[in-house]
Parts: sequence; C-alpha cells; structure tokens
Amino acid sequence: MRFSLRRALIAIALLLAIAPVLTQDAFYQRIAALVVLAAISASAWNVIGGYAGQVSFGHSVYFGIGGYAALLAFTKLGLPPIAGAPLGILASFVLSAIVGLPSFRLRGHYFSMATIAIAALAELLVTNWGYVGGAIGLMGPATPRSPADLLFRSPLPYYAIFLVVLAALLILTWRMERSRMGFYLRAIGSGEPAAESLGVPVRRYKLYALFISGAFTALAGSLYAVMIGFIDPDSGFGILVSVNMVVMAALGGAGTLFGPLVGAIILVPLEETTNAMLGGGGTGAAYVAYGVIIMLIARFSPGGLAQFVPRIAARKTERAA
Amino acid sequence: MILLQLAADGLLLGAVYALFSSGLTLIWGMMNVINFAHGDFVMLAMYVAFFAFTLLKIGPIFFVPLAAVALFCLGVLVYVALVRHVMRGPMLAQILSTFGLALFLRYAALWAFSANFVSLPDNLVGGVYQLGGIRLSASHLLAGGMALVLTLGMHLLLTRTDLGSRMLAVSEDRVAAALVGIRAERMQALAWGLGAAATGVAGGLIALFFYVSPEVGNAFTLLAFVTVCLGGFGSVPGALIAGLLIGVIESFSAYWLGPATKDVIVFALFVVLLWVRPQGLLGRA
Repeated sequence: MRFSLRRALIAIALLLAIAPVLTQDAFYQRIAALVVLAAISASAWNVIGGYAGQVSFGHSVYFGIGGYAALLAFTKLGLPPIAGAPLGILASFVLSAIVGLPSFRLRGHYFSMATIAIAALAELLVTNWGYVGGAIGLMGPATPRSPADLLFRSPLPYYAIFLVVLAALLILTWRMERSRMGFYLRAIGSGEPAAESLGVPVRRYKLYALFISGAFTALAGSLYAVMIGFIDPDSGFGILVSVNMVVMAALGGAGTLFGPLVGAIILVPLEETTNAMLGGGGTGAAYVAYGVIIMLIARFSPGGLAQFVPRIAARKTERAA
Repeated sequence: MILLQLAADGLLLGAVYALFSSGLTLIWGMMNVINFAHGDFVMLAMYVAFFAFTLLKIGPIFFVPLAAVALFCLGVLVYVALVRHVMRGPMLAQILSTFGLALFLRYAALWAFSANFVSLPDNLVGGVYQLGGIRLSASHLLAGGMALVLTLGMHLLLTRTDLGSRMLAVSEDRVAAALVGIRAERMQALAWGLGAAATGVAGGLIALFFYVSPEVGNAFTLLAFVTVCLGGFGSVPGALIAGLLIGVIESFSAYWLGPATKDVIVFALFVVLLWVRPQGLLGRA
C-alpha cells in the first residue's frame, strides 16, 4: 500500500514535469516555468524558515540582490545577465554573514520583526539609489546577442533550466534532512534554548542554513531577471516577494521536503489566472486570498497540507516526541 | 529657532506614534505576541475617520471616538477568533497569524477603497498658533496633545486601577491569576481591545493631517516596532519616551537629509537597536 502510493505520487510528479512539453499553449508553459521558479525560492526559504523555524519576512532582499546582480552585469558590464548570478550568490553570502550574525541573537518574533525592517530598508535604499536605476529599475537585453543571453521566445527552455535548479536544491535539502545538520536545524526549530542546552551549535548552524537559503533565493532572483528581463525595487525587494515564499512553503508544509513545491503548484496558477481574468486589480484579490490562507493555516493547520498526509504527519510527531 | 520648530513638530507627531505603539507594547506585555497588523489597524482607523466625515458628515469630536470603538471591537474579534487559538501553538503559527491578518487587511482595503490617496480637508481643525516664534498648527496640537494624555492615561490605567492590576497579574502568571479568580481570557481580550483602540484614536488623529491609503499601514507597523523596541517590550512609559524621541529624530532627519531618508534613518535605527540592545532603553535584559 505504502509503495503503491509512493509510485503513484512519483508517476504524477513525472507526468506534471513533462506536461508543459506536451501542451502547445505558451500560457500554460509560462505558468509551469513560473511554478518551478516560485518553488525554488519557496524551497530555499524553507531551509531557514521551515526546518530551522526562523520565520523570515526579508527573503526578498536575497531575491532582489540576485535579480539586480544579473541585470547589473548586463547594463554595467555588457555581460550576459546569467553571468551576474554568481555575483548575486556571492553578495548573498556577504549579506547572510552581516545580517545573520547579529539578528540570530534574536529568536521568534524578534527575528521576524528584524527581517521585515531589513527588507523595508533595502527597498528604500534601492529606490533612492540612482546608479542601480532608482525607482525605475533595470532592463535586460531586448534581443539576444548570443545564446548566453538565455533569451528564448518559448517558456520551455526556462522551464527546463528552472527544473534543474529545483532538483539540485531538493536533492541538497533531502540530503540535509538526513544529515546531522537536518537534526540540528529541526532541534533549533522546535526550541532553541533546549537545542542549545543539548549542545547544538545553534548560531553556527542557523548561519549555515541562512547561507544555503540565501544563495538559492538569490539564484532564483537572477533566474527571474533573466526570464522576465526587467527588475525594479518592487518586483525585486518588495514585501510581496517574501510573502510569496512564505505562503507557498506554509501552505504545502513548512519544514517538509516537497511542501513548498506543492504550495507553488497550487498558488501560482491561481494567481496567474486571477491576474489574467481581473487584470491589474487581480493582484489585490490574490493577496486578500493569501492573507486568508495564511490565517487559516496558522489557526487550523500550522503544518500546512503536509499535516493531512498521514505518513509525513506521523514522522513529524515522532520527531517532536 | 528652526531647531525648536523641528523639535516641536517632532514631539507632536511622536506623541501619536507613542499612542499606537503603547497598544502594541500592551499586547506584547500581556501575552508575548507581536501584532504584525498593528500599522494596518491604524490604516483602518484612518479610513473610519475619513468615511465618517465624508459619509456621515461628523467631525473629529465624534469620529475619533467612533474609530476607537470600531477598532476596539476589531481587536477583541481578532483575539477571540484568531490569536487565542495560536498563542500557545508553534512559533510559526503565532507569527504567521497576524502577518496573514496584515496582508488581508491591506489588500482588502486596496480592493475596497482603491490605491488612491485620500485625505480630510486641511481646515477641518484649522488655525495656526504662534508661540514664541514657533508655529504650531491646531490639528497637530490637538493630535499630539490628545495622544500624550491618552498614553499617560493608559499607563495610569495599568498601574493605578484595579482593572490594570488584574491585567498585570495575568501578564505575570496566567495560572496564578486564574487561581485567585481573575479571568485570564477576558483580560487578554481586553488587552487586544485596548491595544487596538489605541490605534483607533491614533489613526483618527493622524487622519487630520496625513493622507490615507491602504499602503500607509506598513510604515506604521515598522514605526511601532521601532518605538516598542526602543522603549523596551511591554513598557508603556518606555513607548511614550521612545515615541517622542522617534518623532524628533524623524523630524530632524527629514530636514537635514531630505524627506525620503527619514524612514531609512528610523528603520536603520531599529536594526541597530535589535543588534545591540534588544531589551530597549528602559527594558530589562
């Protein structure tokens, strides 16, 4: 029974993974690419926000850094945008070290408040910084100068690239889950003072988690900028960028391997279709719904949808016990 | 003279910050829960004031109390329907609950009222007073003065009345309070009501001289965080001093560095504060 369920799930996953190749409709292909992209940043958030239980509302800063690094590499250095991705990841490490060390003295509510403030600060600074385009933002190449510009008319190549990155992140997370680090992070997540008293090097491991989380979020930002070809303070550093990661991870199940992906599969198509139907005003409607979803999760099912999958739920309680 | 003028403007605005921040600090002090929707409560109160004036044609004498009552009810509702159930749950649920609420309120307001800035007429509380070369507009004076009085009133309520003692007892030890016959649930609902009512009054007062839009809440939430953090979590007198201080800091940095940077200074101050002294100026470690 257990095996057949697992096989069925794998079959469904494979089917979903190749579905965009089978359809000819660019609209659905684009949505599929966006689902995977959102799943990357939500899964990256999950490492620190889910496993380690440090609820960050400031991950937009990493996303923005990645996006800006890509388009700055193009506008300032004339490089293909993707060449900025390593720079963005490097910058994310520096940021993690600067921000992580002090703010990790803070736990729970204090940490979340600090991350909101840092994100608001970053958005303000970028908006008022003319060199990086100020409030207007940055544009990518209009026409491909070489294949390295990764400028495709069809969403499919983006879908393939994003899928590779997501797979890499999920494999890394899966290995982490089973390693010493996974146990440390879950111990930190379920109670920091207790973890510390048991000898878990709390701050060091939180910092490791933040390094991984921030680097992949920055990479997601770069990939976003490569595909969309435009970034401004709002789409890079806006609070809603963080909200997307949080709501997707929390809906699917924060601290579970596939939770963020499940959340993205549910929410991205929902948001895209409301946007397509309602136009610009749709954004507001989607976020009203997100607010309600977040409240419902907090009130009735803090484990997200994963809580309703008996096997995962059982494993979680084993851990807690 | 310009310094005196800036200080006076800052103090009057700071008193209003102190008022809504004292609501946040009260809620935190009672049950260790941060209300991430606090600034959005202020935003709602501003809309209550705006619509009370434009639709019901009533002035500040009536719409400020109306906003207070409306927000009191909202606060109690939020406690009963949401916070009560999550406050002893996992940290993720505690933090997400009011964050989701903030998102919901902000975008519901955007949907219902549109993103356009609206404002009450300037001359609703008209007049400018000259005081030894300082110009003080009546609306700022009214807002600052009332906010100051009410924040002090909140402090007195908590420290000098029977009700306040009962609330403090619950914040010290819920179980012990329950053993001596204090209804902890009721006190905590009351704390949410009072905390939200403080945003109600503050929002009604701010609406006298500040534009209203669904997005203003975010900045107020952060301002409340800074104020509460500077004053020490759970301390109303701390919030008062910190609020006044932040009003002055804002006013001076807007003058010297330009209006765009005043939030930068205040948010940066918050991050630095969390870094070096998370317990605040008056708080205990």
